[in-house]
Amino acid sequence: MIRDITIGQYYQTDSVLHRLDPRVKLLGTLLYLVSLFCFHNPAGYAVALLFLILCIRLSHVPFGYMIKGMKGIMMILMITILFNLFLTSGTVLVSFWKITITVEGLKLAITMALRLCMLIIGASLMTLTTTPNHLTDGLEKGLRFLKVIKMPVHEIAMMMAIALRFIPILLEETDKIMKAQLARGADFESGGLVRRAKAMVPLLVPLFVSAFRRANDLAMAMEARCYRGGDGRTKMKPLIYAGRDYAAYLILLAYLVISIFLGRWSVMTELLTSL
Amino acid sequence: MAIIVDHLNYIYGQDTEQAVHALQDINLQIPDGQFIGIIGHTGSGKSTLMQHLNGLLKATSGTIYYNGQDIYDEDYKLKDLRSHVGLVFQYPEHQLFEADVFSDVCFGPKNLGLSKKDAELRAFEALRKVGFPEELFYTSPFDLSGGQKRRVAIAGVLAMKPDVLILDEPTAGLDPKGREDILGMVKSLQRESGMTILLVSHSMDDVAEYVDRILVMDHGRIAFDDIPRNVFSHVEELEEMHLAAPQVTYILRDLEKAGIDVDENATTVEEAASTILQAFGIK
Repeated sequence: MIRDITIGQYYQTDSVLHRLDPRVKLLGTLLYLVSLFCFHNPAGYAVALLFLILCIRLSHVPFGYMIKGMKGIMMILMITILFNLFLTSGTVLVSFWKITITVEGLKLAITMALRLCMLIIGASLMTLTTTPNHLTDGLEKGLRFLKVIKMPVHEIAMMMAIALRFIPILLEETDKIMKAQLARGADFESGGLVRRAKAMVPLLVPLFVSAFRRANDLAMAMEARCYRGGDGRTKMKPLIYAGRDYAAYLILLAYLVISIFLGRWSVMTELLTSL
Repeated sequence: MAIIVDHLNYIYGQDTEQAVHALQDINLQIPDGQFIGIIGHTGSGKSTLMQHLNGLLKATSGTIYYNGQDIYDEDYKLKDLRSHVGLVFQYPEHQLFEADVFSDVCFGPKNLGLSKKDAELRAFEALRKVGFPEELFYTSPFDLSGGQKRRVAIAGVLAMKPDVLILDEPTAGLDPKGREDILGMVKSLQRESGMTILLVSHSMDDVAEYVDRILVMDHGRIAFDDIPRNVFSHVEELEEMHLAAPQVTYILRDLEKAGIDVDENATTVEEAASTILQAFGIK
């Protein structure tokens, strides 16, 4: 039941995108997301969309699988579209009863929907092609410079790795506990808010007990293997940039230059004429 | 006929790439009062089948009839079914949540809509039946030993007074003594109350002594469905399914090969002992 959520999950396959250094993907995703907010005209979006399609093709992740994960945000998407469509003032396109749709509203709704979709697909493309371990490794190494201002980068990365690792385990456990209590006649579905909240107690208590037990076991196992934090710790598979990573950085740069140049054409021309 | 399973199929993760056909065309009749052992390797579908019997999982195709009623009928109340068919899961940690043992056992009967007094009476009775010591009634269930936790978990389901009791690997993780205690307790439960009991296990030695009938599951199918001595005669096939016949079967086979006239089909330790003694002319 809870396992249908694919957003943020890793998709096991082999592709160039999967093999890319996580730091490239992290920075790339960040820049891509920022770039989506810089455009002023359709040309920019067209370039961004093209780039996204190219990346999806490269990733070998089935498009249907990605879309399935989008179901959860359908609600937000609809609300965004409707609000922009009906509540933007400007030249009236159609008007009936109390509802008016303006040209500006229509444009805004389309751009917002497009932007939101590309935002989410872009971000999920990273998680789909990067294992949680790789991701935290990338974060740890990519954010190493923050150590200068005494940020516990390694500890944060470790916590993230552990948290991500335990999500599927706890989901499975929730499923089992739910079944065990259902077998004892528990009812999680009917009744008002208070009754439903109360019905969660037989689910949450065993879940917390087991989470604490697991945390304890994990701490013990880490200590038994002499874990002492990040100082002087080496990696079995250290992150080293390869040729393809530099190539990816170049492609990313090219994308940024082209898309921002096209997407902000009006601003650019103004800038050029003023010179 | 208490339970009839009719052409049951179940597919995990249907419509995905990782779809697993967990149950394939299961047909089964479970009469009242029988003590049945369900044996299978990990992933053979035994637990999946058990979760169908009380409606926790819904079959992809096929139906289950409980006392003549189709449990997948739209107006059939699954909550009622769950009070008739009690299922105790493998890990008691998954169901214990109250501050003390006694109120935890009360949870089931309370869910049936019984009054506090009736629920407490049933809890008391159930805890007595599983042989739980009275002085521990008000301790936290989390402080108990593995075997005691298991008793409380079984009592928690027994307190709902089910007609059919399904125990999913009730002996997993227990030492030999604890295992024997639990199995003996289950057997006496069955003898006294005439309940239908389904005991899931992956060890033949666990069930050989106690059950009337054995179901062997393999890759989502029922491989054997017979009385213990007939099932154990298929030693080679069982081994192919990564299962083993009880230890006594192996000893008796070796003895017979060595030319000693013993009854190879003895299933329990007592039967084996008597046939060996007989073969040596000792009464």
